[in-house]
Formats: sequence, structure tokens, C-alpha cells
Amino acid sequence: MPIIATTEVATDLPMCIATEGLSAMFGETRAVRDISFAIRTGQVTAIIGPSGCGKSTLLRCLNRMHETVPGARVEGVVRFEGRNIYDSGVSAIGVRRHVGMVFQRPTPFPTMSIRDNVAAGLKVLPRAERPPRRQADEIVETALRRAALWDEVAERLDSSAVALSGGQQQRLCIARALATSPTVLLLDEPTASLDPISTQRIEELVYELRSQLTVIIVTHNMQQAARISDRTAFMLAGELIEYGPTNAIFTTPGDSRTEAYVTGRFG
Amino acid sequence: MAGLAHGAGARGVSSSVRPGRRGGAQGALTRRRFVNRLMIALTCAAALIATLPLVLILVHLLRLGAGAVDWTFFTRMPVPAGEPGGGMANAIAGTAIIVAMASLIGLPVGVGAGLYLAERRSARLATSVRFLSDVLNGLPSIVLGIFAWQLLVRPFKHFSALAGAVALAAMMIPLVTRTTEEMIRLVPVATREAALALGYTKWRTSLDIVLRTALPGIVTGSLVAVARIAGETAPLLFTALGNQFWSLSATRPIAALPLQIYTYAISPYDDQHAQAWAGALVLIGLVLVISVAARFATRSRFGRGGD
Amino acid sequence: MRPRPATVADRGALRIDASLSGDRVYRWVTTGFALVIPILLAMIGWAVFRAGWPAFRHFGVAFFTESDWDPVNGRFGAAPAVYGTIVSSAIAIVLATPLAVGVAIFLSEFAPRRVRQPVAFLVDLLAAIPSVVYGLWGILVLVPFLREHVMSFISDTLHLGGTPLFAGPAYGPSMLAAGCILAIMILPYISAVTREVLLAVPRSQREAALALGATRWEMIWDAVLPYARSGIVGGVILGLGRALGETMAVTMVIGNAHDISASLFAPGYTMASLIANEFSEATNDLHVSALMAVGAGLFIVTVIVNAIARWLVWRTARGQGA
Repeated sequence: MPIIATTEVATDLPMCIATEGLSAMFGETRAVRDISFAIRTGQVTAIIGPSGCGKSTLLRCLNRMHETVPGARVEGVVRFEGRNIYDSGVSAIGVRRHVGMVFQRPTPFPTMSIRDNVAAGLKVLPRAERPPRRQADEIVETALRRAALWDEVAERLDSSAVALSGGQQQRLCIARALATSPTVLLLDEPTASLDPISTQRIEELVYELRSQLTVIIVTHNMQQAARISDRTAFMLAGELIEYGPTNAIFTTPGDSRTEAYVTGRFG
Repeated sequence: MAGLAHGAGARGVSSSVRPGRRGGAQGALTRRRFVNRLMIALTCAAALIATLPLVLILVHLLRLGAGAVDWTFFTRMPVPAGEPGGGMANAIAGTAIIVAMASLIGLPVGVGAGLYLAERRSARLATSVRFLSDVLNGLPSIVLGIFAWQLLVRPFKHFSALAGAVALAAMMIPLVTRTTEEMIRLVPVATREAALALGYTKWRTSLDIVLRTALPGIVTGSLVAVARIAGETAPLLFTALGNQFWSLSATRPIAALPLQIYTYAISPYDDQHAQAWAGALVLIGLVLVISVAARFATRSRFGRGGD
Repeated sequence: MRPRPATVADRGALRIDASLSGDRVYRWVTTGFALVIPILLAMIGWAVFRAGWPAFRHFGVAFFTESDWDPVNGRFGAAPAVYGTIVSSAIAIVLATPLAVGVAIFLSEFAPRRVRQPVAFLVDLLAAIPSVVYGLWGILVLVPFLREHVMSFISDTLHLGGTPLFAGPAYGPSMLAAGCILAIMILPYISAVTREVLLAVPRSQREAALALGATRWEMIWDAVLPYARSGIVGGVILGLGRALGETMAVTMVIGNAHDISASLFAPGYTMASLIANEFSEATNDLHVSALMAVGAGLFIVTVIVNAIARWLVWRTARGQGA
């Protein structure tokens, strides 16, 4: 059953993450060029564009993962709940605990059980926030339920995580990201390596999560963006070409390049 | 097929490809096929000859050593020349102690250095260290014995198990470093990134996640290194020296299995020769069991597990 | 659920995280461990030369060219040991290289898959046998065999006993025995490197030869081996490096005599076996220092040889085929 994205009604929702003049470099190559836009809280925002346009790089700037690549650099400002995450007083670790991320290929930690995988993020919380064991188990269950995986693994939480199927592993990664109760969840082409059924499950899950946190999803699959997102950003060659309500982007795009892409003339 | 006269294309295809002067084109082909078969036979023979010494040594070890290996071999002390029986209890214990001490030094340094090399890949210091590690690896083990002698025996004027352990540790370090670096490099970048994205600091990612993932392979490689140093004699000749009596002290000379084998092998007495064979059988049993188990474990590790 | 502070600022995400210093400590510790290696190598070099210094000071470079080794009168010339090292290693290389390359070719080109694994495993296992076990087998099995069958065959049946290469009484422990044992010991190293190098030859080379109708052997000889040549040479030099430093097996079968002789049947010394054999009997400081000076020479030679070997293998691995 296809999920149809709702058009946004209110235009005064608070801004969760906003970028101002954001550029990202790999050495001398500029992968993201001077992007300024704002993500609304409690919505699903999709970033689309052809391969190599910089959408994953843009996403990775939002939780300070871009800088983990040797030679990579960021310029500009990213405001998370009002504060620039690239300020010298801000720790990247702290940012990442509140802005979670799920990657394209499922990456469960191979030596850990399902339970330990989900709880992995809890182990590195500062002592004051770290939950005791019993509470951790509850958090694991909650996270697995939110990721729509609980029913399938409740009986075998202590078995190896790599024994799960691809779709299950990806939901496990989502649960792992959710366990630390992030405010924002970044999804980098999460269903790219999955079969259609797993893809659909994850799309439903994303749709349900919108009420609980803000989701930003990078996808090369336009139909997916149309199905589950409230707003869509279209990128091309590192630049943000158009950004607006999903419905508008897909039915009445303003820019000719956007129109060319969404009608499939290239990409 | 026989008319490949001019060898165009492939570099230097030999003149045997041209039609022979004797017997014409067909004769040349037959000759070439014969040479081909001959070479297959010769290389096969080389393989057989190469494995022959291994088989012979194992056969001799079993035939001449198995008889003397029994429970008392592991529990009794060496007896004076001419007396039958006796064992190598002190040597076996000594080897265990020296190897343990050497591992205590060699494993942390090797793993630490391996982590450094894997994470700092092409930094100039890393490249130099990698090269120097190879140089260290190629040094004769007797030179390492000289090093430990100069450092720990000469100043204190007595031999010690510790000096032997230091020499063996120096041997172990490049082996463990290389295997650690390889295993850490095998952990996919995605695993590391997943940890970072969860809020893990770099050091916790390296230790709690990456090292933990690579640990089975590192343990395997370390076991191989341990097996290697357990069999070494030369570094112990003037460090641990050997000891006829039971001693477990780190600061006194200590017996070791390879040393004992050497002493008995060069003696003129047949019973001591028999003991030497027995000791060699035990030593090789230890070394081979660890090597085989290590290889086996690595192979099955890559067999299972998702990707 | 754990308490959730309202804003990010309250959560303390904005504190400079204390564990960043953990990252610095980690970096220092691993760098420290890595630095142990160059420091260790320098210390070894220092220790070896420090130990041998009295002998060097006394004899100078002539230490390695004089052949008079007389502990009683304080005269030490290491030339026989140097000679023996060269000769025994040369014998080992001559015996081992064709065999090792043959094995490698067999394993990588001709062997059926089912045979490949076990045979490769067995050949590699040769490297796992401790030197003293080789020595034990050498002294109690190989040497008697050489004496009773090979040496008598050569000198009597082949009537070569008068030639300089096979002159003198054949007691058994000899340069020949040392060369044989060394050959067995270095074979797995040469074979392993050669196998790697052969596998690295690109398919295009092989296919071009086969497409012209070459037989498998011709393809190997004309297209593969020339490409792999420098890598194989690197492997041989690697084996040489190992042979130079081999101690226990050699000292048990070489006869331990300070002689320079053309005959393969004669006993001799290598640098490593000299140190091993005489240390326990060294009476005075100069004697000990002389042995250590030999060790210093061995250190230099093996470092150079191994460096050359690594460079050659590295060169081929980077694709600059012969």
C-alpha cells in the first residue's frame, strides 16, 4: 500500500537543523557548494539528486561525520537547535549522540549480539546519562519495537547480529541509532541494498517515526522520496537547486533542472 | 597451429614455436608437446622432492622419539649421561616461562604498533616503522641473543631467563605487528563509521569496536608467533643459558626445551640422543599443533559470517 | 526512560568532551609502541657493535680477512667463518632455487585444485620446523646418510675424490651437509614468494601467449617467468638472507673447524655457527669480543641483504615487471 506524503500545513514549525553557506571539501574538490536551507522539526525531509551530486556528503555534514575522512573539510555554519555545531566549543561526539545516522549498507557490529548491538550507543553516553542494566534492556526493547524488529528477534536477543537477513540487519541499525533517543535521524540511502519487501517495511517505519523525531533521508529513488517525505531538496553538482514541499517538487517543480530530473530525463 | 613463424604479439615467444628444421612443422609440435609434458613432470617431481624432507623428519621423529615420550618425560628431570630414562620437565617448564615472559612484552608492543600502522597508514613515520619492522624480522636470531646479552647479562654478570625472554620478545614484535596491522585493515571502514556515528570517540572505536572485531585473527597470528619463538634456540644460548636443575626464577639461568635438545643432540651418548628425539617430537608437536590450529581457525573464520 | 533535558545546551553536548583527551592518550600510546621498533633496532645495532668493539679496535678491518683464529695467543681472524657463510649459502641457493621455483610453478600453474592446498601447506610447513630439530635430524640422519651413500658415491663410484671440490676425507659433517640443510630450510621462503609473484602476473600476458598457440610450458617460460623475474630474484635474496643467519642447524652439521677449503666434504664454520659454538668456551674477554664482532658483521650483512630483497619484492608487487 503506497504511502502518500502529506503536504505541510503549517509554515511556522520550529527549525531543527539549518545550514548557512555550507560547503564541504575533499582536499581541493568541493563536493557541497554553499548550501543554505532549514529542516523543519518533526517532518521527513528527503534529499534527492543524481549520483555524485553531493547529497550524502551534505548529510554527513549534519552530524560532523564528513570530517572523519582524511583531508576533508567543512566551511560554513550548521545550526542545530540554534547553536552552530562547528563552533570550537562544540564536541563532535556530543553532536553525534543527538543526531543519529544509518548508512547505506547494514553494519551491525559483527562480534556482538543483537542486544549488545542495539545497546552499543548507550555504553558511550556520559556517566550521568548512562542507564543502568535493567533500564538498558527496556531501552533495547523500545528501540527494537520502534524499528519494527522486536517480534522477529525477541526470542534470540543474545544471538549473533550477523545471522540476521539484510533487511533485518538494517532495521537493527535503525534500532541501534534510536536507542540513544536522538532528536534527528539521518538516513543515507537506507534501502539501497535491500529487497522490495524490506524496503517497504523500512519506509513504513520511517513514516511512523516522523511524529517522534525529525528524519532526513537521502535517496536516489524518487518514488521513495515522493512516498514518505514531507519536504524534498533537489541537489545537482553540489548545489541545492530547489527545496520545498514534496508535492510541489514533484508535480510543479520551479526549476527546469528539477523538472528534468523528476521526470526521469536524466539521473 | 604449427605455423607460428614470427612470434608477433606476445613478447619473446621463443624460437621453438617456429617450425623445426628437422622433421618439419609436425615434428616441432610433437617436440614442443613433449617438452611441455616433461616440464610438468619435472615440476611435479620438484614438489615431491620438496615435501620429502618434511615427511622424512616427521617419520624419524615419530620412530625414534615416540618411544621415549611418556608420562615421565614430562615429569622427571634430566639424568646424568649414561643413565637411561629421565625426562625434560625442567626444560618444558622453562620454555613455558620464557615464552610467557616474552609474550608479556612482545604482544602489547606488537598489537599497539600494529594498531598504529593500520590507522596511520601512509604517514611518513608509519612507512618507516613498517620497513624497519621488516628489517627487524630478518635479523638472525643469534644477533638478538647478542643484544640481550650485552643489555642484560653483561652488566649483571649472570645469565637469566629474563634476558632470554627479551631476546625472544624482540623476535616476536615484528611478527605480531604485521599480523595485527593486516587484521585491523581487514575491518571495513563502515564498521568504524557506524561506531563514530553513534558517538564513540576515536579511541573507543579503535579498541572497543575495531580491535574487538579483528581479535580472532590477531589471536591466531599471535599464536603463530608464539609457536615460532618457542622453538628458537640461538637467542637463548647466552642469555637463558640452560640449567640442569629445576629453576623458575626470572633472574637465574633456566632450562629450555630447544636448548636441551641441542645439548643432547651434540653429545656422544645414545640415550641422550633418544631423549633429544623425544624432546624434538614434543617441541614439534607443540609448534605444529599451534600452527595448524591457527591456520584452520583463520580459514573457518572467513568461511562463516555475513558480509 | 532516562530524563531528557529540554535543549541541547542543557544536555551538555556543547561541553568539550573529556574523552577527546582520551583520543590524545590513545594516539600517544600507540605511537609509543610503534616507536619501540626503530628504537629496538638501534639498540640492537648499538649492542652488537659495543660488544664487538674491543676486537675491532684491536684488529681493525683485517679481522674479517685474516684466517688465523688462535684464542690461546689472542689472534682472531674471521675469514674462514666469512668464507663458510658465503659458500654454505651459495650451495643452499643453488640447490633450493630450482626446486623452489619448480614447486611454485607446479602449484600455481599445473597442480589440480585438490592437490594445490595440501601440497602448498606441506611446503609452507617446512618453515615452521624449529632450527634445532633440523639440526638434530641433520646430525643423526642426514650426515650419516651423506657420508655413507652420497660422499662415497661421489668420491669412489664417480671417481671424483681427487678433485679439489670433493677432496679430503669424508667424515660427514661438512660444508655440503650444511648447504643441504640450509637448502631445505630456505626452500619454503623462496617458494612462497615465487608463488605470490607468479599469481601477480596479469592474465593478459598469459592469454596473449596462449592465443598464439604456445603450450602451457612455453607460456610460463616466455611470458610469465620474464615478467616475474625480479620478484623471484627478490625471493631468492630473501632466502639468502635467511641462510646467512641460520645458526643451530648449521652448527650441528658443519663440523666447526676454522678452515678454508675448496672441498665440499671438508668441515668449516659460518659466522653464526662460530658464535654459537665457541661462546660457551670463550675464556677471555678478547675472545668473547671477537665473537661479538663476528655478530656485528652478520648484523650488517643481513640488514643489507634483507633490504635488497624487500625492495625487489616490493618493486614487482607494484607492477614493474622485469
